[in-house]
Amino acid sequence: MAYSEKVMDHFRHPRNVGEMENPDGTGKVGNPTCGDIMELYIKVKDDTIVDAKFQTLGCGAAIATSSMVTEMVKGKKIDEALTISNAMVAEALGGLPPIKMHCSVLAEEALRSAIDDYHKKKKA
Amino acid sequence: MARIYLDNNATTPVRPEVAEAMVGLLRGCYGNPSTLYCIGQEAHVEMEHARDVLAGLIGADREEIIFTSGGTEGDNISIFGVAKANRKKGNHIITTKIEHHAVLNPCKALEKEGWEVTYLPVDREGLVDPDSVGRAITDKTVLISVMHANNEVGTIQPIEEIGKIANAKKITFHSDTVQSFCKLPINVDKLGVNLLTASGHKLYGPKGVGLLYIRKGTKIMPMMYGGHQERSLRPGTENVPGIVGFGRAAELLHSEMGTEEPRLRKMRDRLWDGIKKAVPFIRLHGHPENRLANTLNVGFDFVEGESIILSLDEYGICAASGSACTSDTLEPSHVLSAMGVPPEHAHGAIRFSLGRENTESDIDKLLEVLPKAVENLRSFSPIYKEYLRSQGSAAG
Repeated sequence: MAYSEKVMDHFRHPRNVGEMENPDGTGKVGNPTCGDIMELYIKVKDDTIVDAKFQTLGCGAAIATSSMVTEMVKGKKIDEALTISNAMVAEALGGLPPIKMHCSVLAEEALRSAIDDYHKKKKA
Repeated sequence: MARIYLDNNATTPVRPEVAEAMVGLLRGCYGNPSTLYCIGQEAHVEMEHARDVLAGLIGADREEIIFTSGGTEGDNISIFGVAKANRKKGNHIITTKIEHHAVLNPCKALEKEGWEVTYLPVDREGLVDPDSVGRAITDKTVLISVMHANNEVGTIQPIEEIGKIANAKKITFHSDTVQSFCKLPINVDKLGVNLLTASGHKLYGPKGVGLLYIRKGTKIMPMMYGGHQERSLRPGTENVPGIVGFGRAAELLHSEMGTEEPRLRKMRDRLWDGIKKAVPFIRLHGHPENRLANTLNVGFDFVEGESIILSLDEYGICAASGSACTSDTLEPSHVLSAMGVPPEHAHGAIRFSLGRENTESDIDKLLEVLPKAVENLRSFSPIYKEYLRSQGSAAG
């Protein structure tokens, strides 16, 4: 099982790592039993994601997909961000070994969860 | 960048003397050992010399050694071969939860054919209780298989005591000694085994070759059918270069056992001491003393194993992980699970297995790099942050 150079780059130099002060939306997916936990934080202004950060416990693919998805959503409108699929995240990374595709699913779920949370907060 | 190889339980580099011996054979001694003419007989002599050496190392007779393609094949022949030969006598096998998959999966396959298998539990340090073997025996038991030393955590099993129990009830006893061959003293009579498996590539020998020891009088059937090589128990033209390499590797390592094992133990213990001092929230997996001298399996809390391995790889350091993400099944290590290690801790398990090429400076380098790697991964681990917050609030 080999990771692409892009995956390794995002693993070694993850983008947008860290906590966010007062995020507008937080997505938490995965669990310690599975060994994969992703937390995605978004800052939204005028329906546009202006900032995204993440914290992840997981393998190379988990960290790389978290990093990539934060890059992909920055500057996108919420509706546009919702169209981001796990396949797109994997493709942006130059592909993932089949056994690691589930990590990209986690990244998609974390994003949707963060957007969901943003909507809930907005309503409240 | 220099490589620091710390995964010797997975495989070992072929030592120069072995490679030299093999290349000589590959170039010049290509004969089929079953043929009558000079070059065939030369090959035969080389092969039989290796057989003699290997038999001598474990107190066996040369006729009791058959060559295989490795540990997996030896385990398969032992389990399927004994099961097939004893089907009329019974349909029960006793083994342990921590065996290598080359033992577990044949057992699982037999279960589908109506066999009953008892998978004995281990304690928190990975030890099998010999009494549990005795208690599991029924009048239908035909085979007991317990590994000598576990590949993941290094815990050494009480094979001698189990051997006594098996022998008293005249039940065929197999031990997978792939990790202990030429690393722990092995005498087939002292251990009381009917069968044992060893593999060349774990002892600085070549891959693709191993041996199966079969005590005279053991009822066993072959898995393969063909010519008459290896007393028809394992037909096929023999891998002479591999066998010779295996014999040479074993001979050398066995002669070094007295000095090599203490050397590895000293380095391994220094590594463990260093990790304990430099990295918080860690745990040892395996028996603290009764363990292979070269093996150290450490659980790093709040991080995942593969990410540690990849981080170390950046510095040329090779090690292994018991995390789900590094397995083919996405399940955490079955050995750690059997030892009662919860999944969230098993995911952070790293195995360092030292070998003859490792030096103190390798340990120095690892101790320099590892704490930083773990700290970096913890810096963006959500559960680590959560833990720190909980401690902060607990401290008030």
